[in-house]
Amino acid sequence: MATERRPLVLNMGPQHPSTHGVLRLVLELDGETVLSCEPVIGYLHTGIEKTAENLTYNQAVTVIDRMDYLSPLTNNLAYVLAVEKLLKIEVPERTRSIRVLFCELSRMASHLVWLGTAAMDMGAMSVFFYCFREREKILDLIEMTTGARMNPSYFRVGGLMADLPQGFSEKLHALLDEFPEWLDNYRKLLGTNVLWVERLRGAAVVSQEAALAYGLTGPTLRSTGVELDLRKAQPYSGYEQFEFDVPVRQNGDAYDRYELRLEEMVQSARIVRQAIDRLPDGPWHIDDWRIFPPDKHQHVEKNMEALIYHFKLFTEGFKVPAGEAYQGVEGPRGEIGCYVVSDGSARPMRVRARTPSFYNLQALPLMVKDRLIADLITAIGSIDIVLGDVDR
Amino acid sequence: MGSLDDRPFLLTSVDRILRWAQKSSIWPAQFGLACCAIEMMSTAAPRFDLARFGAEVMRASPRQADLMIVAGRVAQKMAPVLRQIYDQMPDPKWVISMGACASCGGVFNNYAIVQGVDRVVPVDVYVPGCPPTPEGLLDGIIKLQQKITAGQIPANRAYQALHAQGQG
Repeated sequence: MATERRPLVLNMGPQHPSTHGVLRLVLELDGETVLSCEPVIGYLHTGIEKTAENLTYNQAVTVIDRMDYLSPLTNNLAYVLAVEKLLKIEVPERTRSIRVLFCELSRMASHLVWLGTAAMDMGAMSVFFYCFREREKILDLIEMTTGARMNPSYFRVGGLMADLPQGFSEKLHALLDEFPEWLDNYRKLLGTNVLWVERLRGAAVVSQEAALAYGLTGPTLRSTGVELDLRKAQPYSGYEQFEFDVPVRQNGDAYDRYELRLEEMVQSARIVRQAIDRLPDGPWHIDDWRIFPPDKHQHVEKNMEALIYHFKLFTEGFKVPAGEAYQGVEGPRGEIGCYVVSDGSARPMRVRARTPSFYNLQALPLMVKDRLIADLITAIGSIDIVLGDVDR
Repeated sequence: MGSLDDRPFLLTSVDRILRWAQKSSIWPAQFGLACCAIEMMSTAAPRFDLARFGAEVMRASPRQADLMIVAGRVAQKMAPVLRQIYDQMPDPKWVISMGACASCGGVFNNYAIVQGVDRVVPVDVYVPGCPPTPEGLLDGIIKLQQKITAGQIPANRAYQALHAQGQG
C-alpha cells in the first residue's frame, strides 16, 4: 500500500510559548517547512469601538488607551487630535510639546518591550531583564506625571490631565544622559551575538511591493526601503519643529527591523531632549470652560459660573459639532489613526480605529511561506504585533 | 507492613510540610491576555523580582504549572480556551484573577468581554487595578501563599470548578 504524503496541520496558540499575546496560527507543515500559515484573530476582541460610542468624548479616552497597551499615549493622541479637529480648536504650544514628549517616551518604552520579548523568543533571556529594568525608568517618569504606569489617559480633549510635576525635567535629563549606555549594552548583547544575527538576517523578508500592497506601516514598512513616517509626511502636534531623522533600511528582513527600531529609539531620545529643553512656558490647556474644566481651586470654589460649567462638563460632557474627522499618528508599530464621527451630541456616533498591528499581521503568511517553523517565531517577533491592537 | 491504601490514616505534620513546599514554589502558567500581561512580565523582571517569592518559573505548558494568572480581559472567544488550559493543569492548582477586567469586566461592560473570569474558572485571589501595579500582583501572590499555608483552599474545589463551567 502506497503511503500518501499529506501536510501536517498544526494549531499554534492562542496560548503559546511566544510572548506576543493570544495569537492563533493554523499552520500546514511539511516536516519543518511551513506550507501555509493562517492567523486566526479575535481572541482579544474587546468591543472598544462600540464601547466608545456610549461614553462622552473625554471618557472615551480611557478605553482608547487600552487598544495598543504598549504605547497608550499614542492612541490617546490620535483620538484627541481627531476630536480637536472636529471642535476646530488649537491647543497651546506647551501642550503640544508635552504630548510629543510623552509619545516619544512611549515609543522608547514600547521598543524596549519589543526588544526584550523578541530576544526572549529567540532564547536570549538576559536581554529581557535589561530592557525591562530600563523601561521601568521611563515608566517612573510617566507615573510621576500621570499617576499610572500603564494606560494613563493623560491627554484630554483641549489639553492634558495635569502639567508636568516638579523635578520632572531633572529626572528626564538623567534618563537621557544614561540612555546611550543602554543602547551600547543591547548592541553588545545582541549585535555581536552570532545566533541572534544569523537567525534574524534573511528571515521574515517582505518585499517593498507587498509591503505597500498590504498597507504595512511603521518599522515593518521602513525596513523595505520606503521612507514613510507620518511625523514627517503629515506633521501633527508640532512635529515639524523638531529635528530628527527617519531611519530606513533596504532588505526588509528581521535584522533590518531590529536595527531600525534601535535607531528609532535614538531619534526618539533626540526629540525628547529637544522637547524638554525648548518647552515653552504658558498654559497647558485651552482656556474654554465649555470644553476643558475650570481649575477647581482657582475658579470652581469661587465662581458660580465656573461651578456650573464644571458640573455640566462632568454630567453630560461637551457637544461636538456634527461632522467627521480622521487623524493618523505614527505609533511605535506604524500608523495608528482614529476616525471620529459626530452627530452633534456629547457622545461620539462612531469611533473607528485604524490600528497598525492588524495590517502588519497580514504580512505574516507571506513572510513565513516555505520557511522553517523556527523562522515563524522570528517573524512574529519582528513585526511587533500587539494583539490588543489587532483585535481591539 | 501492609499498604496504607485500604486503611484510614491522618496527615498532620506531613500536611504542613506539603503545604509549605507548595506555597514556596508556585509555578505560574506563562499565559498573558492583555495589558496586565505586560505588568505580569514587569513583575518577573529585575525591579520587582518575583523570584524572591519562589514563583518566577513561568511554564509555557499548562501541564507543568500550578498557578494560572488570568492577566487581562477575557473575550467571549477566549473563555473556552482559558477553561481548557485550566483543565489541563494538574491538581492542586490555583487561580489569580489579575486586574479589573478579569475580576469583573472592568471598564468593558459590553458584548465582547466575559464579566468576570470567575464565571469560567474558580478564583482564589482577586487583584484590583487597571492594570494592577507589579506590587499589587506580588501582594496577590503573597495572599495566595498565605491561603495555601493556612489550608484555606476549599476541599470541594473540583465541585466549584464544575459549577463555574456551568455558568460560563
